[in-house]
Amino acid sequence: MSVIYVLLAISIIIAIVFFIGFIKAVKSGQYDDDYTPSVRMLFEDELVKNKTNKSIKNQKSN
Amino acid sequence: MKQATCFHCGDNCTVEHIVYNEKDFCCNGCKTVYEIFSENDLTCYYDLQQAPGATPKEIQGKYDFLSDDTIIEKLTEFNDDKHQIATLTIPHIHCSSCIWILENLNKLNANITASQVNFGKKTVRITYKTEAFSLKEAVLLLSKIGYEPYISLEDFNTGKNKVNRSLIYKLGVAGFAFGNVMFLSFPEYFEVNEFWLEQYKPVFRWLMFTFSLPVVFYAAQDYFVSAYKGLKSKLLNIDIPIALGILVLFIRSTAEIILDLGTGFFDSLTGLVFFLLLGKYFQQRTYNFLSFERDYKSYLPIAVTKILNGIETPIQVYDIKKGDRLLIRNEELIPVDGILINGNANIDYSFVTGESEAVKKSSGDKLFAGGKQTSGSIEMEALNAVEQSYLTQLWSNDVFNKNKEDSFTTLTNTISKRFTIAVLSIAFLATTYWLFADSSKALNVFTAVLIIACPCAIALSAPFTLGNLLRIFGKLKFYLKNASVIEQLAKIDTIIFDKTGTITSNKKSKTAYKGETLTEEETVILSSTLRHSNHPLSRSLYNLLKQNNIITLSHFEEHLGEGIYGEINNQSVKIGSAKYVGQLQLETELSTAVHISTNNTYKGKFTFYNAYRKGISKLFNKLKKDYDLAILSGDNASELNNLKKLLPSKTKLIFNQKPNDKLEYIKHHQNNGAQVLMVGDGLNDAGALAQSNVGIAISENINVFSPACDAILDASKFNQLYNYIKASKAAIKIIKWSFVFSFFYNAIGLYFAITGQLMPVIAAILMPLSSISIVVFTTIATNLLGRKLK
Repeated sequence: MSVIYVLLAISIIIAIVFFIGFIKAVKSGQYDDDYTPSVRMLFEDELVKNKTNKSIKNQKSN
Repeated sequence: MKQATCFHCGDNCTVEHIVYNEKDFCCNGCKTVYEIFSENDLTCYYDLQQAPGATPKEIQGKYDFLSDDTIIEKLTEFNDDKHQIATLTIPHIHCSSCIWILENLNKLNANITASQVNFGKKTVRITYKTEAFSLKEAVLLLSKIGYEPYISLEDFNTGKNKVNRSLIYKLGVAGFAFGNVMFLSFPEYFEVNEFWLEQYKPVFRWLMFTFSLPVVFYAAQDYFVSAYKGLKSKLLNIDIPIALGILVLFIRSTAEIILDLGTGFFDSLTGLVFFLLLGKYFQQRTYNFLSFERDYKSYLPIAVTKILNGIETPIQVYDIKKGDRLLIRNEELIPVDGILINGNANIDYSFVTGESEAVKKSSGDKLFAGGKQTSGSIEMEALNAVEQSYLTQLWSNDVFNKNKEDSFTTLTNTISKRFTIAVLSIAFLATTYWLFADSSKALNVFTAVLIIACPCAIALSAPFTLGNLLRIFGKLKFYLKNASVIEQLAKIDTIIFDKTGTITSNKKSKTAYKGETLTEEETVILSSTLRHSNHPLSRSLYNLLKQNNIITLSHFEEHLGEGIYGEINNQSVKIGSAKYVGQLQLETELSTAVHISTNNTYKGKFTFYNAYRKGISKLFNKLKKDYDLAILSGDNASELNNLKKLLPSKTKLIFNQKPNDKLEYIKHHQNNGAQVLMVGDGLNDAGALAQSNVGIAISENINVFSPACDAILDASKFNQLYNYIKASKAAIKIIKWSFVFSFFYNAIGLYFAITGQLMPVIAAILMPLSSISIVVFTTIATNLLGRKLK
């Protein structure tokens, strides 16, 4: 029944891996600004739209 | 006809009206920014938000000091041969368009490789190649598109500043341990006497013990420190029962597993610390969002003009050495202590001492750092370096750190005092009872009471309620210094308003001139003089007279609360109150007037028709039911009749108040037991704002410096003041209700504790349940409250 030791060890190791991941994320500054990224991710579309606009303009002028 | 508004900045196109590309612009600057954006396919800027821009300002030569290598070194975070990274504070960042344009700076200049905005802190972090680009060019580019960075001494060590993230680490540790301990203690919750479970009990228990160690000794250390400080200063703060609870939980749990009596309460212990830290994090986060830290570093400029052999060169403030000769222009701050060499020094020390009256100095006198020169340029000789000056040393003084917050007992601490006493007496009473009834249970009961009474829910009520309301207020352009301002605001019973610039708008004033016609030359002197003054009336008048040929004055003086004086080529002009220009008041004036005299002969007056802020009358009528109202004005009584018509009759109207009179007036009322809210705007209210229980500064533009205060309210939201105070009162009610809830939970817990049947599973259910329900209740309640506000 010593399998319980193995299971415990695995579960704790997994937990610690996630914990280290969290510490690393904090260290890299991910938690310093929790507003801007929420806005930033919506801008991808704007850039694409910008490009298509440009191509239409170019076609017209040609 | 509908007034055209600028496509770029949204201002009315009054002075100039440029139509370009079928779009309206208020000035050439705005049009230029639009041109830059449209050339680079960045017009998306205008799709995200309507009229998001700012008019670029004239910055000729202002940033010359940025070519200095040592200054660049100080301002950049990273600096090697090819790349530099700098973080710049840009006050104008306010919407998603701003984020978008600033993160697409590389399209405007290919040398910028990356730019990242931190919206909360209003900063942009720019990475650029140094081969063909420099920090100065980056700043000039930003200024050109209307995003002028604000560079003060505070930015000086940006690169070296370490962000304090200890709270989030502690939160992580507590959360990590909480989850694992919960998971490990689960088998024992059901108390099945199963063979294998019995066999491995010690392993599970000691693992839980190991997980709780970092929680008690690392994550919870702030509570022990705070409790110790509280005891030392004989103050029963909320952290004392918390620290006691954590300690008892840990000791009893450890004892239980050593003596094999039970599982212990490690699950409750880690959960408790986790929730408490969560509350702390929530409150701290709101503080970060509204940075109110203003020490001398945000006042002092980063560079100052040094005169060496008649040549003016900008040098950085930290490089000032003893004996350097410095040029201080009008409205500039004196960065170091020094001796006045020449020029007319009229120094305003309100930043330092709170004394608003400007001090006159003559050459040879000592000047202290932190004063603001208010009358033309002066030359001075530095006596020592910046760090050693009187002002900078002041900040290390404890007296300076003493703020209103310390002298104010928060609701939580008021409750906690009685709570701690009550808990301790219940614990002792119950223990005494059990000593006689069943002495074996006595210690068990004593610790159980202390554990269950740990005021987790009480400690969470105020941070979550006030923190959330603070955030809601922030969205509504009412920026509070900290959460305790809300509590103080709820206690207010007297409200005192300043007049000029506070209840009147300083933008929309109209004037009419009455008297002898001024000559061309006189008008030039007049506007040149007005240009130097920051008084709202001077600014309005200057804008109305706007002259292109501004000449440099040979002499300028500003007499706070009286008027201003300008001189050139023996031509002098006095602008100000009738008394100041030497005109005896013959007729009673109906409006605020600025009198003009040239060469000591009275010329005439500009009469101002005060444009009161929208909804002022309504606001006062709402306020009059619950508060004593008064208006303290530095101006004369000319507006008396107008104000009487506008405002409820019981409003006290007091005129001709000097800055110091205002302060004394508030002091007098406070001595009579009044809780005073002062609403002011300018330098002349600085003393009153500091003296009052809550000082609110009204600001037309949040980014411009406003005097030290507890809250800044955007002028456009002025008519909402009543609702904000009402919301603060409602928030206090919410906190009180959540106290009732926590007492209810505590009573249930105490029942189990006193009767000696507190099982770990009950504690493990009750503690998170009480904390979570309090958090949910306060959050929902404050959000409902916020929805009512506009």
